[in-house]
Amino acid sequence: MLILLTISGAVLGDTHETQLTNGLRVIVREDRRAPTVAHMVWYRAGSMDETSGRTGVAHVLEHMMFKGTPSVGPGEFSRRVAAAGGRDNAFTSRDYTAYFQQVPSDRLAEVMQLEADRMHHLTLDPREFAQEIRVVMEERRLRTEDQPQSLLFEQLTASAFQVHPYRVPIIGWMSDLESMTIDDARAWYQQWYAPNNAYVVIVGDVDHQAVFALAERHYGPLRARQLPERKPQDEPVQLGMRRLTVRAPADLPVVTMAYKAPVIRDVDRDSDPYALEMLAAVLAGHEAARFSKSLIREQRLAVQASASYDPTARGPGIFYLYGSPSAGRSRGELEAGLRSEITRVQREGIGADELARAKAQLIAGEIYKLDSMFAQAMEIGQLESVGISHRMDRRIIEKLEEVSAEQVREVATKYFVDQQLTVAELDPQPLPDNPRRRPIATPRH
Amino acid sequence: MNRLALLISLFFAVVSGLAQAGPQIERWQTPSGVEVLFVENHSLPIIDVQVDFAAGTAREPEGRAGVASLTRTLVDLGAGGMDETQIATRLADVGARLSGGVDMDRASISLRTLSMRDKCAPAFEILKAVLSQPHLPVVAFDREKARSVSALKEALTRPETLASKAFWAAMYPAHPYGRHATPESISALLHSDVLAFHAAFYSAKQASVAIVGDLTRGAAEALAADLTSGLPTGSPSPAIAPPSLPEAVEKRIDHPATQAHLLLGLPAAKRGDPDFFALATGNYSLGGGGFVSRLMKEVRDKRGLAYSVHSYFLPLQQPGPFQIGLQTKKGQADEALKLTREVLATFLEHGPSDAELRAAKQNLIGSFPLRLDTNRKILENVAMIGFYGLPLDYLDRYPENVGKVTSEEVRAAFARHVRPDHLVTVVVGGE
Repeated sequence: MLILLTISGAVLGDTHETQLTNGLRVIVREDRRAPTVAHMVWYRAGSMDETSGRTGVAHVLEHMMFKGTPSVGPGEFSRRVAAAGGRDNAFTSRDYTAYFQQVPSDRLAEVMQLEADRMHHLTLDPREFAQEIRVVMEERRLRTEDQPQSLLFEQLTASAFQVHPYRVPIIGWMSDLESMTIDDARAWYQQWYAPNNAYVVIVGDVDHQAVFALAERHYGPLRARQLPERKPQDEPVQLGMRRLTVRAPADLPVVTMAYKAPVIRDVDRDSDPYALEMLAAVLAGHEAARFSKSLIREQRLAVQASASYDPTARGPGIFYLYGSPSAGRSRGELEAGLRSEITRVQREGIGADELARAKAQLIAGEIYKLDSMFAQAMEIGQLESVGISHRMDRRIIEKLEEVSAEQVREVATKYFVDQQLTVAELDPQPLPDNPRRRPIATPRH
Repeated sequence: MNRLALLISLFFAVVSGLAQAGPQIERWQTPSGVEVLFVENHSLPIIDVQVDFAAGTAREPEGRAGVASLTRTLVDLGAGGMDETQIATRLADVGARLSGGVDMDRASISLRTLSMRDKCAPAFEILKAVLSQPHLPVVAFDREKARSVSALKEALTRPETLASKAFWAAMYPAHPYGRHATPESISALLHSDVLAFHAAFYSAKQASVAIVGDLTRGAAEALAADLTSGLPTGSPSPAIAPPSLPEAVEKRIDHPATQAHLLLGLPAAKRGDPDFFALATGNYSLGGGGFVSRLMKEVRDKRGLAYSVHSYFLPLQQPGPFQIGLQTKKGQADEALKLTREVLATFLEHGPSDAELRAAKQNLIGSFPLRLDTNRKILENVAMIGFYGLPLDYLDRYPENVGKVTSEEVRAAFARHVRPDHLVTVVVGGE
């Protein structure tokens, strides 16, 4: 912690924030290491805000945002960013949709003008939509239909959540994409694309006062809108273990175990999410962490074994354990192996050295993140997207540093129970006309 | 100082400001004869070190495909009296990260560490052991071999892997760049193959070092000297033979995927080729410029045939490929292929328009600062310059070299390097 504070004082400009009268918040971190800047606009609207029959619309609208306004023709947005020596793109998540440009810092005003323009004036031309919806379906084929592990994850999520909209894939179900219309995209845009549902994050070689003035000029004239009511759609308590299998063309079996877990709602008062994050680091945070050492190296039960947990989300959280068994070992054996690692933590706890190591890695990771303006802007944007102020970032690190070994043992006991578990297995199917090769014997030395 | 002197000094400040587009790179040789490139940067308490050996897959002996990657995997799984768990544990204790990989030409070992003495000293000690005293243990050899086979068998069920393997094999028949590991070739590897490969290619004469970050020149010199002091002298790896150009061929491979994967290309240009800037600038307009390229406009924007379509040059020690790649719904593979060939043919015939060339230069020159705005990116560039022996002012002169390119030079360079009678096409899936 001491290291981190010293560094942030020495090399980082402070982070500044203002709010325009239309409700748009502007967050600026000065980082003068290189003459570039990252500019991002985040909308608090992601796939979890979609309704049945219109899944994928958040992401489709993201694509349409590049298709022009009355003053900037289709494709012109990216052309102008490129001409300014920049790169641009966008991403849609369950919780938000965000747009970014990385440009030389003296071109910030241009990209800000472009973002402000499409926040309010998007054309949504039906012919452009007809082309772009086909592109999105290709994207779904590329990323999901032909990716067995993506299919597994999609099915797992749809089973673990039955009520909360996290059950829906971000890219949408294919059937919904096939029936989507320009009116669906327009309704989405009109509901959610407003300055009072957005915030701008800027990290780079800029002066925050100058950026605030620019933001006022470009974003200031946009009018706030009444936003739709957001229903909680809370997931009911799971009443028993769920288990599913996905059969898809592949060679390597996969086992994924998803335990319901809390996420940070109150940075100061919560403690379990921090302990869960430390648990994930102790299980799978580095090459000598428990899964790697025990499951892959000592027992040779797995060729891959990992754990992952994100303590921040607008919706409910999940702690994942997953892996692939070694040749000759079954999915059931791997599942038992993953469970036994959890049982070990429940019974014996974790060592002080393991916890200290996880914390050392955490602090180093925070410093390495400072090497990238883009990574810093992402971190600020993601915290804000779940309703946590970026000002709490240091406090979150402190809370992680405060986690004790006993707390880690407690959360392992509290949340890793079968009633809260969904297990998904990939049952690999040989490619047709291409029978699976027999297992190859590996000679011993 | 009189006014004239002030003007002159201002003039020089401006001129040197222009000439120095990239970071200040320093170069020297260690006592053991290893080339070192160094960029001093104290803005963050981070040090990055990358050591590259001319130990890529092109160096694999006939029938030993897979040995380069397995050797690289093993070097940090036990070294200098520490077993793999001790190495990983000690690195984690100081928050350091050891990474790397293997491509056709290079095997890389990279270390990122905090620069405080108590953090970086143990990390450097481990890197030194990995470089000069790896155990290459049999136990890890057996296990990692089995893991590689599992991962490769899985990858070989995927259309993108099948396409890529078939593509390289067709572009480089009878050349080491076209050989690839199979589950059978990896399974047949012996522990002695790894020992022999390591002995042959991990020496001072085959190494280059790049260092970026929070240390002085003096400290960097001492570090580089120490890291490489235990390396055997060795001798430079022999030159890789130049590939011959393949005959134009179209390969079709069945696959049940919903999308067909298409790759088109040929061996095109090596590192340091005088045409490089004309090719890179032209390729921006053809398929390198993301959303604004011709391929993107024609294939994606106008017809919705693909989510992603790209083209690039991958210069290697010997001519690396020019490649166009895309994926499309299987029923429309032929339509997409025909269109892609038309876009390429038109570009080869006429080159970029004036407006396209202007846009390419605006972006490639204007975005230059973005290529170097993190220590990580500086390291990648500097390591590449060191390994391939490019001039030290390569980055400084990059904007100027792009700025000079004419439309006719692009057309002429593409005519020399992208010859349709040698173009290889691979389609996996489709109907």
